[in-house]
Formats: sequence, structure tokens, C-alpha cells
Amino acid sequence: MDARAIHERLVAKLGEKVTGADLEAKSPFAVVATDAIVEAARFCKDDPDLAFDNLMCLSGVDYPKETPPRMEVVYHLLSYRHGHTFALKVHVSREAPSVPSVEGVWGVANWHEREAWDMLGIAFTGHSDLRRILLPDDWIGHPLRKDWQDPDFYNGMHVKPTPQMAERAMGGEAIGVGPFDFTPPNRHVEQ
Amino acid sequence: MSLAAATITSGSEDWRLEDLDTDEMVLNMGPQHPSTHGVLRIELKTDGEVVRAARPHIGYLHRCFEKHAESVDYPGVIPYTDRMDYVAAMGNSLGFALAVERLMGIETSPYVSAIRVVMAELQRIASHCVAVGTYGMDIGAFTPFLHLLRDREKVLDLFEWTCGARLLYNYNWVGGVSHDLPDGFVRACRHFLREFDAITFPELMDLLIGNKIFVKRTAHVGVCPAELAISYDLTGPNLRGSGLPRDIRKDEPYCGYERFSFDVPVGKGQYGPVGSCFDRNWVRCLEMAESSKIVHQALDALEKMEKSDVHEKVPKRVKPPKGEVYFRSEAPRGQLGYYVVADGTGVNPYRVKVKSPCFTAMSVFHVLAKRMMIADIIALIGSLDVVLGEIDR
Repeated sequence: MDARAIHERLVAKLGEKVTGADLEAKSPFAVVATDAIVEAARFCKDDPDLAFDNLMCLSGVDYPKETPPRMEVVYHLLSYRHGHTFALKVHVSREAPSVPSVEGVWGVANWHEREAWDMLGIAFTGHSDLRRILLPDDWIGHPLRKDWQDPDFYNGMHVKPTPQMAERAMGGEAIGVGPFDFTPPNRHVEQ
Repeated sequence: MSLAAATITSGSEDWRLEDLDTDEMVLNMGPQHPSTHGVLRIELKTDGEVVRAARPHIGYLHRCFEKHAESVDYPGVIPYTDRMDYVAAMGNSLGFALAVERLMGIETSPYVSAIRVVMAELQRIASHCVAVGTYGMDIGAFTPFLHLLRDREKVLDLFEWTCGARLLYNYNWVGGVSHDLPDGFVRACRHFLREFDAITFPELMDLLIGNKIFVKRTAHVGVCPAELAISYDLTGPNLRGSGLPRDIRKDEPYCGYERFSFDVPVGKGQYGPVGSCFDRNWVRCLEMAESSKIVHQALDALEKMEKSDVHEKVPKRVKPPKGEVYFRSEAPRGQLGYYVVADGTGVNPYRVKVKSPCFTAMSVFHVLAKRMMIADIIALIGSLDVVLGEIDR
């Protein structure tokens, strides 16, 4: 099926929950309402004509300059049975981004969603194990957000030395080591 | 209920500490374990020698590739892509270059495409040499490793001759390649392929793949049914090991792969169920022979072609129009996908997301590792052929 037919099929099933689409794009996509993403994903996988049995990629993207500012979660789908591809998108607010998890539909979504949480802070509701995956457990913040600022301290250690600090260090002063008031997180209790 | 339907779970329910039986023990494997192929750490809940649950921890080699990519321009991203899967750097930069070319609407000349195919397939041979060689070593066969590394060196010599680097090449540029093939490359390359086809490959099949100990150690271990493989997005040799003949070089050809004739080897399960560690490795071995076939044909094509300037289509300023593309290519370890978003204003990518085949292959690990023996865990990690640089990016 081509992108137009896939889109028509999605609209026939989900109606107004398909809120937009770009079928002329290099990778055509449809935008789906946030609360309908699990229904849409389930339909894409189970419908015999669509049969998107494979989730190729799940990415989060931050758009702070759009009006209104938003984040997107992009699901790139592939059907091994029919050989066609399509993408679904979900728009979420930047303040408290939260998307239902599609982990129950495609197993691989588990780690991709953990990565999106880790890097962009998008919370996936219903996810069974939403922990950081690439960054350490004690990391603060989500670095792939466009407003990310590199921190000055990490676990009490100064990680961004200023020229003045370098000068003091040359004089033999022990600098860059802050007071260690850091308590390691207990990850079995935390979640 | 099918295995795939039953096993879509993170496995986190296996890890409540109060559920630990008196016989059970949590064992930490890695990140400095030699058989984890890099800095992979796996938590194993063991009962004697039997693994009750396994949980991989990744991120020890995280170098913020995606963050870097947003702060340099498009050509500047390519050296970073080399550093993801450092065992097969050609495939990574090829995928990114093709993604940006698609975004900008650049079509490279057949000459450049043929050079890219030669390099990508030589890299596949070199990469599978490491994969199969170290896999043999993981489970006790030392000699094949030496033979295969010897041949990998020959491929690296060819790369060094062409572009000056042996591991991280920065070779595939947006719109072209960095260096033309040197004079005499075709002859030297054919010489290597003849040696490989006549000596190394049959020797490998005899010495390792046909070895009874090797078969016994791998043929019934880590069986991944096709349905599970698709659900967890196993790709490349891992997917084909499960019996599915899917290859992007056939399904959605790029770089003119449709002009070359080659087979897509799949796991047949000669010695056990389809989708075992043996099948995944068997597919890798046969792929080396197929790659050799492709390189021969690409060299034939190159010889018939007029030499053209390899920098002809390289743009002075890489600035794609506003848009986005998801492009996937067949890297040695599976489907490598690049999701590139361009905002049309700056010369830096707005967002680059990499779908790494090793990342998704590792995400199925907790399902396959359940109820295995600890020694088989080693066999399983090696058969998935993960490179931690690509998992962690």
C-alpha cells in the first residue's frame, strides 16, 4: 500500500483522532492524538492490510520554537509482510510530556522508550521499567532538550573549570572538589 | 500462547529482591569481562549454573553521538558515525551520507556508487571476520580467530591504501567519497578475494563451522523464533538466522545493489531448531562469500566505467531544505537507520537519531537468556554480534 492508502485506512478506523499528515514528505507520516497512540499502534499491527509487524525506530524530538512549543514522538513502522513503511507522530506539551507506552505492541519499544525518557524526559505511561538507559542513574536533566545547559557540577565535582580555577590550581590549591553531600540513589526503592 | 506474545516484557518483574530464593544468587558479569565484547554489564540471577533471569546494563561507552551531531555541521557528523560501530565504520558513514543525500536530493554518479559498494562489502567481510573469529574464541576455538584476523588485516591494508586510515575512515562524504581508488586497487582487491575464496573461507567452514564441538556448543542454544525476532526488531544476520530472507540490499536497494546478483543466506537449522546461535553464525559465514561475489561484480563494473571525479557532487555547503527523512541501510550488523531532521535554517542537523541494530539485538537478550546455563550466555552474546560502541553511541 502507498502512503495515501495507509493514511485513508487509518482515518477510516480512527476518525478525528488522526489530527494531521504529510504524505508528500520523504518519509510520509500521520499525526495521531496522544491518547489514541496505543489504539493506532495496535490497529497498525493487527490489521491484515497494514500488518506493521516491526517498529523500526522510535525517536523523540524537541521543538521549543514551534507555536505552541511541543515535543514529538515519532514511530517508524515497517511491514515485513507487505514491504511498506509509514510513520506515526504524537505531539506532546513540553512542560509535562507524557505518552502512553506501546511496549505491549512491539517488544523493542521498551528500550527505545527508555532512551527517549533518558534523553528528552518524555514519560511513557504504562511502561514496565522506565529507568535511564544510557546515562547514569544519578544524572540530572535530559540532555537532548534544546534548552539543555551543561551543568557546572556532577556529584559535587566541578566539571567545568573556569580560567580562574585553572590559575588557582597552578598555585597548588586543591580545587574542583566540592563538598560531597551526595547520597547514591537506591534504584530498587526509587521507582 | 506463542513465545513472542508471552514474552513482550521488560523482565523487571524478575528482579524484586524479596523474591530471591535461598538457592539463588545475583551474579555480575562485566563490564570488564572479555566475552562481553566491550563494556557490557549483565546482571544474572543464577541458581547454580542455571540463569533464572538476566538484565543487561548498557551506557558505559556513551559518548553523546546525537548531542554532538546537533552541534556540528553535516560533514562534521561523519567522523562521529565512524566511532559508533568501530568494527565496521564504512557502513555507518555510508548510511549517514545516503540519508543526507536523500534529504538534499543528490544522486551520486554510478562510479562513486560502485566504489561505495566495494568498500561496504569489503567492510562486511572484515567485520564478519571479527564476529565469527571472536565467536569461535569465545567458545574455545583459538585458531580460526588468527586466520580470520589475518584476512581482516588484508582488507584494512586496502582501506589504508585508499584513504589512509585503518579503522575510522571518514571515507563516505555527503555526495561522494574522500579519495578515488588508487591505481592497481582493482588488481590487489581481486588478489585478496581469490585468496579469501580459495583458502580462508573453505578453511573456516571446515575448521570451525563443521567442527563437532562447535556444533554441540551452539546448535540448540539461544533459539530465537522469527516472530520474536521481528517483535524485538532483530535485523541483519540475526534476523536471517531465524529463517527470514530479508535484506535491504534486496528489498529497497540503494547504491545500485539491484545490479548485482547475490543470494541472501538464511538459517536452515541443520543441527537443531532454526534461529539458534549456530544459524546466526552460519549466516554470517555465508554472507562473507556473498559479499565477495558482490565485490567481484562491482570491480567488473568499475573496470568498464570511465573514471569520474569522486568530489563532483560534493556540495560546497551542505544545507538541506527543511524536512526529515528516515533512511535505513544494511550495515554488517543489521539495519542501521538514521532519522535526520533538518530545520532549513542552520548548517547543523536539527536532530539525528540512530537506530542501531546492536541496540535492538541487545534488547531481546533477557528473553533469550532465561533458563540458560551460564556458559551458554557467552555463546549467546557472541552470536548476537554486538558492538558496544554502537549500542551506547
